Amino acid sequence: MTTPAGSAETNLPQTGPSSFDERRPPEPELLADCVHCGFCLPTCPTYQLWGEEMDSPRGRIYLMDLASKGEIALDGPFTEHIDACLGCMACVTACPSGVQYDRLLESVRPQIERNVPREPGDALFRKAIFALFPYRRRLRLAALPGALYQRLRRIPAVSRMASKLPGRLAAMESLLPPVSVRDAFAGLPVHTPAAGQRRGRVALLSGCVQDVFFHRVNVATVRVLAAEGYDVLVPRGQQCCGALELHAGREDPALTRAKRTIADFEGLAAEYFVTNVAGCGSSMKEYGHLLADDPAWAERAAAFSAKVRDVHEVLAEGEPRASRHPVRGRVAYHDACHLGHAQKVRAQPRAVLRSIPGVELVDLPEAELCCGSAGIYNMIAPDAAAELGARKAENVRSVTPDVIVTANPGCLLQIGKHLGKDIPLLHPVQLLDASIRGVPIPRT
Amino acid sequence: MGLSYAVRREFEYTLSPQDVISDPVRCRAYECDGLTGYRVIPDLVLLPRTAEQVASAVRVCAEHGIPFVARGAGTGLSGGALPVADGVVISLARLKRVLEVDPVNRRAVVEPGVTNLEITKAAAPHGLYYAPDPSSQQVCTIGGNVAENSGGAHCLKYGFTTNHVLSVEVVLADGSVVTLGSDTGEQLGPDLRGTFLGSEGTLGITTKITVRLLRTPESVRTLLADFPSIAAAGDVVSDVVAAGIVPAAVEMMDTLAIEAAEEAVHAGYTVGVPAALVVELDGPTEECDVQFEQVKQICERHGCTRLHIAGSPEERAAIWRGRKAAFAAVGRISPDYFVQDGVVPRTRLAEVLDRIAGMGADAGLRVANVFHAGDGNLHPLVLYSAAAGETERAEKLSGEIAELCVEMGGSLSGEHGIGTDKACSMPKMFTEDDLAVMRRVRGAFDPRGLCNPGKVLPTPRLCGERPGKYKPHPLEESGVIERL
Repeated sequence: MTTPAGSAETNLPQTGPSSFDERRPPEPELLADCVHCGFCLPTCPTYQLWGEEMDSPRGRIYLMDLASKGEIALDGPFTEHIDACLGCMACVTACPSGVQYDRLLESVRPQIERNVPREPGDALFRKAIFALFPYRRRLRLAALPGALYQRLRRIPAVSRMASKLPGRLAAMESLLPPVSVRDAFAGLPVHTPAAGQRRGRVALLSGCVQDVFFHRVNVATVRVLAAEGYDVLVPRGQQCCGALELHAGREDPALTRAKRTIADFEGLAAEYFVTNVAGCGSSMKEYGHLLADDPAWAERAAAFSAKVRDVHEVLAEGEPRASRHPVRGRVAYHDACHLGHAQKVRAQPRAVLRSIPGVELVDLPEAELCCGSAGIYNMIAPDAAAELGARKAENVRSVTPDVIVTANPGCLLQIGKHLGKDIPLLHPVQLLDASIRGVPIPRT
Repeated sequence: MGLSYAVRREFEYTLSPQDVISDPVRCRAYECDGLTGYRVIPDLVLLPRTAEQVASAVRVCAEHGIPFVARGAGTGLSGGALPVADGVVISLARLKRVLEVDPVNRRAVVEPGVTNLEITKAAAPHGLYYAPDPSSQQVCTIGGNVAENSGGAHCLKYGFTTNHVLSVEVVLADGSVVTLGSDTGEQLGPDLRGTFLGSEGTLGITTKITVRLLRTPESVRTLLADFPSIAAAGDVVSDVVAAGIVPAAVEMMDTLAIEAAEEAVHAGYTVGVPAALVVELDGPTEECDVQFEQVKQICERHGCTRLHIAGSPEERAAIWRGRKAAFAAVGRISPDYFVQDGVVPRTRLAEVLDRIAGMGADAGLRVANVFHAGDGNLHPLVLYSAAAGETERAEKLSGEIAELCVEMGGSLSGEHGIGTDKACSMPKMFTEDDLAVMRRVRGAFDPRGLCNPGKVLPTPRLCGERPGKYKPHPLEESGVIERL
């Protein structure tokens, strides 16, 4: 009279050996958590765009389950639909059953990278991305022709040429932020003492993309933390935390970077390891889980992850100390997916912004929907990313903000690209920095 | 087996190649809806973008005699969107435009793939909303609501989907397009709109729906009350209704459901209490305030152990989030569970719940209860572990609970529908004559049975009647007919 509605997993028979290899396949118990209720559909960006079951979290989990039961192969449609996921984790927020889609995706993507050969063009493009982005020095070198190019682009013939670039390259080209050569090569002080009585000591991850293209955000972060009473250490020699690779399923290089980052930070006499990048924070908080099976690193990784904080978490922890000058205007806060959905840090950035007198904080409609940046997504799937970017920009305009703030460089680039230049786009700490220093808010 | 290449090309030509899914792996994502126990892989999935494309696709089906199943968000709990072998699924997910909001006449015209909650969001700027609110309202589509005549917590006061749909544009099984009902709510002749509402996709596919909008109530008051027993909470429900109060909603949850919901959304439910009631009143402020006092007194009279009054819209939303997530949240406290849906007369609520508890204890299984207490619509959730080999026992218990509802003078289903799941139980509630009339109505709309076949009405093949030993028919015995 009734049949199970409780579990998709237990209903599917095991008809053959799992299509996943033995290295951390998606756990059957995690797959079984999905009850197929569909509450995730409205918040999934790809389901919103295409309305196809296979491109929804429920559908993807179903396909994972089929692969795990040996019913379907990993290559072909399976890989396509997993690739199409932005990894925004809005579904994790929406799920009433507590399905850990983040964990599932994290184990499935490396399976694809290991076991499914990519087409030569796709493979080359991905290789190029990962040969550039995680390396600060290479990014800086790239920033030079980038800055030159941006001047050249003002010449009509050059911009006409740019408009003829094929899809993925065009997407990369149009995302290129305004490059300041001076910023790209500037460093941060290794040690910045707290202003007044010291509250604590933190070590800052300066990041790769962040430090080259958004160096001003790092500068503002150091100033704000110091003004609020924290000694700020910025370890020299630190490198990319591995977030971009981790979220794209390139597990081995990501783990190497994770270990290196742990080694760079763990010896520091700091209470917290702070990042101002949502994507980095979410991966650094995952190190403990990622390295749990590695006896040499499990304990160190867990200890490291326990100390990772997003900068807003630190700032919202105590009462504001530095006096704030009023900043009058409507400020729209965009929840970066890796901060809101992945780290569940939503209240803290808002609390930080509310500590600025004069700020009228507004939320965006469809706030849970990804802007389409999603790590490298807007480079590998430019069409879908562009649709989401345009939709986000429209939602931003609908609340007529004077300034929009968000805590992830990817979102800043993506929203900036679709919003145009009329509304300043900043990291929240830049706004707070301007308020503390009593200077006008920067335009970028 | 399977549809021919030529037929597939015809669909691709009618829609566009991107709107036809034929790859078997992709099609498997459509093999079941919210009820995963039944699975059939469709041959093709069609994703039309316009009402005209839906009609064209159905015409191709009609021409070749291909059975088709409409699907919205696939959240149904009775297997109503289960595909048919060698048939096609027509997904309405891409028809999701709100075509018109008419605040003066308080109507909205929407496409079937619009979610229930989207209608309210579109109407909200005008101070209006769409009343029926299934727990899955953020995801379930209005097309599916029309098919299932969906209910929801607030249907106690405001009625079901059928009370809020003025007219529907329908693609019939032959591909013709008709409008049933009218925007004024008046119509000539038989109530075909009423016939269509709740027909579970067996009479046609809706492509446009005109819904009634209500004014957002001036005042809404919500309370959450804990009780020392289910019986006490049940008595509160009876007394509230007896006092002449028509609450907007009265919802009850038991210990297990409370535990699951609280774990999922942290809404402030008291974990460990035997029963909790959510009572909501809405309307003019004065009326609301007076009746709210009465409800509070009734709660206290029946030994309410804690009374929490939502002090802000956020608190109210949190209480409802807990209630509406309860089904799915049960996944947190049990590896597997059956969702049951039945109706009993409100006056027998406490008695039925007592019997259910006894039956659960006898079977050695836990039963969580979360239901629309105001109209006696129960949703017992039978918790079990398939890994521990409890499936059969649980299935039996869940079936017995539904039968108990019929025995108590209630109904097989309150709002989840009959679908695939309960088609074979229909004879428990209806006589052969009743079912014959239903079949004739269905035949009048869809003589060839192409539209969502195998749902609602029992068929011998569906209900497990196997060809067995020859038994002479009574008419054969009496010599009226002969078998050749």
